[in-house]
Amino acid sequence: MKKILDIFGKRSNWAIPYALFMAVFVALPLLLILFYAFTGNEGEFSFANFTKFVTQPEAVNTFIYSIGIALITTILCILLGYPAAYILSNRNLNRSEVTVVLFILPMWINILIRTLATVALFDFMRWPLGVGALIFGMVYNFLPFMIYPIYNTMQKMDHSLIEAAEDLGATPFRVFWKVILPLSMPGVMSGVMMVFMPTISTFAIAELLTMNNVKLFGTTIQENINNGMWNYGAALSLIMLVIIGITSLFSDEEGGDSDSLI
Amino acid sequence: MKRLFAQLYLWLLLALLYAPIIIIGIFSFTESKVLGNWTGFSTELYTSLFSGGAHHSLLDAIKNTLTIALIAATASTLLGSVAAIGIHNLHGRKRRIITFLNDIPMLNPDIITGISLFLLFVSLGVSQGYTTVVLAHIAFCTPYVVLSVMPRLQQMNPNIYEAALDLGATPFQALRKIIIPEIRPGMISGFILAFTLSIDDFAVTLFTKGNEGLETLSTYIYADARKGGLTPELRPLSTIIFAVVLLLLIIINVRAKRSAKRNQVM
Repeated sequence: MKKILDIFGKRSNWAIPYALFMAVFVALPLLLILFYAFTGNEGEFSFANFTKFVTQPEAVNTFIYSIGIALITTILCILLGYPAAYILSNRNLNRSEVTVVLFILPMWINILIRTLATVALFDFMRWPLGVGALIFGMVYNFLPFMIYPIYNTMQKMDHSLIEAAEDLGATPFRVFWKVILPLSMPGVMSGVMMVFMPTISTFAIAELLTMNNVKLFGTTIQENINNGMWNYGAALSLIMLVIIGITSLFSDEEGGDSDSLI
Repeated sequence: MKRLFAQLYLWLLLALLYAPIIIIGIFSFTESKVLGNWTGFSTELYTSLFSGGAHHSLLDAIKNTLTIALIAATASTLLGSVAAIGIHNLHGRKRRIITFLNDIPMLNPDIITGISLFLLFVSLGVSQGYTTVVLAHIAFCTPYVVLSVMPRLQQMNPNIYEAALDLGATPFQALRKIIIPEIRPGMISGFILAFTLSIDDFAVTLFTKGNEGLETLSTYIYADARKGGLTPELRPLSTIIFAVVLLLLIIINVRAKRSAKRNQVM
């Protein structure tokens, strides 16, 4: 007992329980994905899972289709969200903080309930479920995650730079193009991460919004895991991780500040 | 004029964002099984949501969601706060490794976290159920607690702790009297964050809940929607959740504003 107390007398040792916990529940599980991805059914080393993916047109098509849907969603979120963030952060255009809260609020509601609500809206309007509903549902679900980071960076922006540009005779368009847009880019980048990543990896939402007519890459992964094809599922997960790794390389490190959302 | 257009744009976007939930709210006050059919005002769905009966599984799912979130948030707040104190006193490579590991669950998509934990549990031969879900939730919640406690420790004056020790306090007393009061706000916001993340989670729960029939709210809705017809009781439930979240956010914002004002006066 005395010995244990001695170990924890040194405060740097307080990280040990968490380090052990993470070794088991974060590092080991990821290594297992790597292990399963590169092994066959008998546990032998093989690339079979990856050749299977490349030679299956259906899986590759789903993969490309999912990237397309994620790109469309992300672009729509930027187009709709950027002006909203701009207006919200501009004192001349919006003084009410209630609207800011109203835009953040949906982030705190369970994603399945939000998806359910989209289905309800389409039922109510008697619109058919399908790709249209899928894109609407995705934008509806992830738009706040685009607005919030852009709004945050715009709030922290140094306004004297804008005033300086105006004083030096820049037109409003040039002020926006040369000052505001570049300064807000870190926010856009972290917004892209927060929208693109979940849309590329989503699975259940697509099923519910398209009545199972559209299959996304996430659904393919889930099906393989559920059907006991762990090796193939792990290989597909690894491919998704690579895509996400590439996207995060594009986005700025400082852009991804995870200030508490409350 | 410009202002008018700007406001119009904001409110149009908000109308789009809120139309679905408002429709659900309106149709939670009618009995019809199919959404979109108004069969007269009734609070029947609200009473049947809480009376249990045929929809007992829904109540069970709500109960599971809340208890899992409570246990996971408490455990990750304790684990994360202790870890943050440890990391704060670490330097060099050890610190870099542990902060790198801490970042992984936050950057990983849910489905990858879920699958990796699923592979862990099946590889270890652990049967999946309530315990594995709680462990999985602690795994992805704790990094957020660490992140909310760390800034508090960095702001703290390290001399106070040393002074307490010099004045004869035991390390435990110094922890209780000096460190914990300093980091408490970080612990509280970490707890709230962990709690909401746990309630909102779907993917990780789906992969770690096993097939013993354990359901949380998210997985219940998913299973229900896949069967085709959505349980009508989900309408009042969504409405209540929405109202509670709205109320909480308003309270938090009003309080934040008040304390900001107080600080200004001081």
